[in-house]
Amino acid sequence: MLRKLVMLAVILAVIAAAAFWLITTPASVPASALAPYAPNLENGARMFHAGGCASCHATPKQEDKTRLGGGLALKSPFGTFFTPNISPDGKDGIGNWSEADFLTAMWKGTSPDGSHYYPAFPYTSYQRMKMEDVRDLFAYLKTLPPVEGKPRDHDLPFYLKIRRLLGGWKFLFLDGRQFQPDPAKSAEENRGAYLVNGPGHCAECHSPRDPLGGVIVSERFAGGPDPEGGDGWIPNITPAGIGDYSRRDIERILETGDMPNGDSVGGPMAAVVNEISKLSDEDRAAVAAYLKSLPPVKGPKRP
Amino acid sequence: MEGAREMIRTGLAIAVLAFAATALVAQSDPIAARKALMKANGDQNKVATEMLEGKRPFNVDEAKKVLATFAEAGEKAPALFPDDSKTGGDTAALPAIWENKTDFQAKLAKFAQESKAASNATKDLDSFKIQITEVRKNCGGCHQTYRKRTS
Repeated sequence: MLRKLVMLAVILAVIAAAAFWLITTPASVPASALAPYAPNLENGARMFHAGGCASCHATPKQEDKTRLGGGLALKSPFGTFFTPNISPDGKDGIGNWSEADFLTAMWKGTSPDGSHYYPAFPYTSYQRMKMEDVRDLFAYLKTLPPVEGKPRDHDLPFYLKIRRLLGGWKFLFLDGRQFQPDPAKSAEENRGAYLVNGPGHCAECHSPRDPLGGVIVSERFAGGPDPEGGDGWIPNITPAGIGDYSRRDIERILETGDMPNGDSVGGPMAAVVNEISKLSDEDRAAVAAYLKSLPPVKGPKRP
Repeated sequence: MEGAREMIRTGLAIAVLAFAATALVAQSDPIAARKALMKANGDQNKVATEMLEGKRPFNVDEAKKVLATFAEAGEKAPALFPDDSKTGGDTAALPAIWENKTDFQAKLAKFAQESKAASNATKDLDSFKIQITEVRKNCGGCHQTYRKRTS
């Protein structure tokens, strides 16, 4: 009897270990998934600005936003992340990456050496991007100046340094689906939805997160406490928060940072506006149209 | 003649009183004083937006007043962040201000100086638009690094 129980326990443990291993295996995009393609650099630049890549990856304390040496500290409740070098430097950046490597990073959150990236890199949003847009972005990044130097390691508690565990996080929060237009919305609103939920990754800051660090789906875009700490507050960008803003107001905020009350946006949003201001009027109008089309959602109560 | 003197005397008296009151507030409550400056900036910036977007007729004096308000804030603000005003009151000022005081003050000085130059260059709606668009780029410079996140 005891022997049978022990056997059962061993079998269950093996199954659990196998399931864990399977679930946490880093996924990748095979090179064979990529048909020959001539990238569009202009669209790549558009994706670069829509994604605000420079806001996190540009080397801090210098003005040139195309020098993507990384090193910016991103505080979080889990520890401090230091953004990597994504300049086309062969040794320290992504100069030796293949297109499949880049797609794997953006869609699957997996590095070329097959380990999980932390979701501080917002692949939960980037997975929605169209393959062509990702390939154009990669081609554009390759045109920027190479920057030498690897930023320091993340400052995390020891148990979070086991990257394999992130496979479990991805199992919960990364669905692997690309953007699907909503037939009930206009073409403009769908373009806005794509920019907001894909490259723009607006929800990553403008949504409250659960204790595991996943966006609370039912309160997406409803703002919440500043994840970088302090007692700052990220605004609700559903009509429950900015319902009295006109479309024109939202377009102006995205273009110049000027808010309807005469104030100007601050914190990381100033850097976001710096990038979004480089998009076309049409793209900013699409974002405004989409935000206005969202259902009003009440988020966490502001203290 | 006497009427004119009377007016000047009254005007001066009011100006002195107003100045004294501002100075007093600034001394006793720098947080309230700097917030008042920023509030004035916001109110004026709103006027500017309305003029730029055709919701209010363009008026060159009003336009210059916007920029004069900005310049005044840029000039007065540096003195309103003494070391004992890091906390207390309802302030969104971040400790980074006191950690990078030279940069903070330089940014304010640049804001004041560019606002003045912009006022001189403002002749009509078109020139105002060009000028204030440039001046406004200063706002994010401080709000990004030195103000608590609220927007």
